[in-house]
Amino acid sequence: MIVVNTETIPGMQITQVKGIVQGNTVRTKHLGRDLAAGFKNLMGGELRGYTELLIEARRQALERMLSQAEQLGANAVVNVRFSTSAVTQGAAELYAYGTAVVCQPDAAPV
Amino acid sequence: MDPDLLGPLCGLGCPALLLFMGLTVGTTVERRHKRRLSLREEELSGMLVTDLRTFPPDTDASANARLVFGEAVIAADYLKTFLARIRKIFGGEMHSYLSLMERARREAILRMLEQAQEFGYDSVCNVRLETSNIGMAQGRRGAAMVEVSAFGTAYRRSGAAL
Repeated sequence: MIVVNTETIPGMQITQVKGIVQGNTVRTKHLGRDLAAGFKNLMGGELRGYTELLIEARRQALERMLSQAEQLGANAVVNVRFSTSAVTQGAAELYAYGTAVVCQPDAAPV
Repeated sequence: MDPDLLGPLCGLGCPALLLFMGLTVGTTVERRHKRRLSLREEELSGMLVTDLRTFPPDTDASANARLVFGEAVIAADYLKTFLARIRKIFGGEMHSYLSLMERARREAILRMLEQAQEFGYDSVCNVRLETSNIGMAQGRRGAAMVEVSAFGTAYRRSGAAL
């Protein structure tokens, strides 16, 4: 599955557009991470727990989007966008959406 | 010790200690981070990064493009929060938070580039930056953190030698 956030794929031709696919998730870390974050707020520095949280959330949202694309019989998702929102403190909502398409290699090499 | 003095002393002593820690630890952390950022940026200076929505003409069509990401969550220290609170009284630019935002953005972009390099790409186009709000800074007294995600499409340039 090819996933890009551009409208085209180099070397590929989009033959069929399947429509929008989406995936979202709301995730949180355990209490210990929140406490550690509170402490880190005194000293400065990176909050690794929350960085991990963002990575996990993105991966999960993407996975859900891709499984939808698979169900539609697409082999690529183009123009992928992400959107985040603040549901509650310590949680991350991530929403991924894109257009599922069927593509095939260009007949004439570019 | 006179118990009447203990309360005010603790009340004054704790913030003073935290401010001191912010000044020492926080400033050191920030300085080191900025130095590391510059070094890594130097290493990755060969990569072409654009926010163009379409692929530049020299794109290598034989290599599949793919999405790459980078995330960074950076916390403010007590000193920064304190300075920001003072700034809020007078208004104007919050310099202490400005450097925080800059560090988070640079870190997120660097992580994205490192991921692209790991997969064997030499360019990233259509880079987008986004902020998130895990900490809900407005609702919490004194805590501030910056969450930045960067993402873009990694591709290979046809002219570039790998």
